[in-house]
Amino acid sequence: MSAVRPAADPVAFKDNARLVLADPVLRRGFRGAMDYLADKRAAQFPDGEAFEALRGLGEHIRKRALSRLPDLLDQLEHALHARGVKVHWAEDAADANRIFLEIARRHDAPMMVKGKSMVSEEIELNHRMQEHGVACVETDMGEYILQLDHDRPSHIIMPAIHKTKEDVARIFAEHIPGAGYTEDVDELIAIGRVALRDKFRQAKIGVSGVNFMVAETGSLVLVENEGNGRLSTTVPDVHIAITGIEKIVEKLEHVPPLFTLLTRSATGQAVTTYLNIISGPRREGEKDGPREVHLVLLDNGRSQAFTEERFRATLQCIRCGACMNHCPVYARIGGLSYGTTYPGPIGAIISPHLLGLESTRDLPTASSLCGACGDVCPVGIPIPELLMHLREAGRHRRPAMQQRNALKGQGAVRSISEVLAWKAWRLLYSNGMRYRLFTWIASRLRALTPACQGGWTRSRTPLTPAPRSLRERLRSSRTTATHDTREE
Amino acid sequence: MSLSFASTRARSAILSRLRAAGPVELAAPDVAAYYATAAVSAVGALRERFIAQARGWRAEVIEIDAAGWPAALASVLAAKNVRRLMAGRDTAIADALPSATRDLALDWYDAPIETLKPVLFDTVDAGITTTLGGIAETGSLVLWPDAREPRTLSLLPPIHIAVLREEALYSTLHDVMQRQQWAADLPTNALLVTGPSKTADIQRLLVYGAHGPRELVILLLRMEATA
Repeated sequence: MSAVRPAADPVAFKDNARLVLADPVLRRGFRGAMDYLADKRAAQFPDGEAFEALRGLGEHIRKRALSRLPDLLDQLEHALHARGVKVHWAEDAADANRIFLEIARRHDAPMMVKGKSMVSEEIELNHRMQEHGVACVETDMGEYILQLDHDRPSHIIMPAIHKTKEDVARIFAEHIPGAGYTEDVDELIAIGRVALRDKFRQAKIGVSGVNFMVAETGSLVLVENEGNGRLSTTVPDVHIAITGIEKIVEKLEHVPPLFTLLTRSATGQAVTTYLNIISGPRREGEKDGPREVHLVLLDNGRSQAFTEERFRATLQCIRCGACMNHCPVYARIGGLSYGTTYPGPIGAIISPHLLGLESTRDLPTASSLCGACGDVCPVGIPIPELLMHLREAGRHRRPAMQQRNALKGQGAVRSISEVLAWKAWRLLYSNGMRYRLFTWIASRLRALTPACQGGWTRSRTPLTPAPRSLRERLRSSRTTATHDTREE
Repeated sequence: MSLSFASTRARSAILSRLRAAGPVELAAPDVAAYYATAAVSAVGALRERFIAQARGWRAEVIEIDAAGWPAALASVLAAKNVRRLMAGRDTAIADALPSATRDLALDWYDAPIETLKPVLFDTVDAGITTTLGGIAETGSLVLWPDAREPRTLSLLPPIHIAVLREEALYSTLHDVMQRQQWAADLPTNALLVTGPSKTADIQRLLVYGAHGPRELVILLLRMEATA
């Protein structure tokens, strides 16, 4: 059992990362899981050309949806309304939580069952409901394990990859009444199944996320393997779905390509057990299904990313997690280090929009810019490019090139010493005489170079100017060469 | 501040921000053209592909001619020791069920779930449903729950038995969606089911029967009599 618990705060990113890097159990766990997922994905896309064709289509579908986003949201709302689904709009987490609480109060519901939803994590639904005496029970096996242990997900698709089966055995024995200690995974899942079936039976409200909203038909599409998503959206009297405003597609026929890109990129499966297309509450004469269906559309910074053309591609994301599985930084520091709802490369580009650059300033630097995330992204998000834009935005208080408005917390990384250093560099390097003078002095004073150079020397040898500048060496060698020729 | 007022205000604020960004011209993608290149259409090829895929996802597939399926069902039920089977009334398979279930209890899903919860959660061993089609590419079933055949019939009982006619096999999800014109008239809950429910949330170890059925049995009704 690993005792490491990184802080749930992106400000603590560097400390968190150090903590995880020093924990061999966690590191082995992440490395193994990431290699496994990367291999499974590769097996699903054996033909590079075929992958490019499918990805091109997926990217086109997402870009098309974003190009018409406000119109599609309008169309979706009308279609859902016609099918009897109530649509709520939320500017931020507080708005969204108020909507949930109001519905819970109206139905006098002390408990909700919840299918996996990253957006519900984003608004911290469980904690907010708890504060008002409404229990929100996670029903995805991984999320359930984490909730019992008061832990957080470390991966958006496999939330509990940082837990071993011994961890789960201990957690279940401790928290589930009547469950004995067993490390048999089949038995553990059976224990979870029985415990959660009871919750499904009692709950008046079921909560879910949404993978795709279809504007044309007014449908909410959910992708899953376990069946808890179907249970949460079918058995309770009320279903509340929550998702971000960007998770929309124009037509129903746009779902199949995205569905196959999603499952193959996420877990390397050609298909998941269930594709659940919900288009309204129980109709007259039907014997099950919720009597009320609500959809909460959350903005929470997304419209800000949308208005900036250079950041808009961030919203193409279908939350498959492939960028995490292939990120050399993520594989070493794990998802918890980021301290945000969405970890890894996609988290590093989306979190600054949700939380502002002030607290997330370090996240865009958590990349070697190797480009793997961009290579595997099934909807063609140029993640490395966006990371560069965010690094730039962190250093300029005013909107930089081609940017309309400043991001929240723009310029957070700006430091006077860095600005001065670059000013000095420009001064010295933009004029031949100044440059020659500078290199002459620097090479003569090289003995004075400090051995400790901050972050640089933590894992590298100190930078020291050469004894003579290249220019000087060239000049002296050229003199020699000329001399030699004359001798001949 | 009332909730609906807050929602209306949020709605107009969000939409006006989105509209302020200005429209971008981008043509609609040609999804049909993409799938046109990958179509498999011969029935035999579809059937073989479907069976291989469905079995790969741990579904049991039993090929049987249209007349012989009630007998095949009876032997599946006996083999799995099913004592209580649940089904929907008035479906295409309903008439044949009493004869196939002479040795066990047959429950009809003819009351709202609120009344049937004890039966559905605790006592029924298996649920049987019709299907609207099958997808050869992935071995998936298309389920179209309605008033006769509720959503939970294929979800709550530990075993799900599905009856699929060979003529209803399609090559891809896109194919079945287009040819059956789903977008024109979706039910409250359309479903694709591929194998029994599963999870790999504990140490990536695959376990079947997470929250839904532990077993999926597909009775594939052949057009020609099987040998």
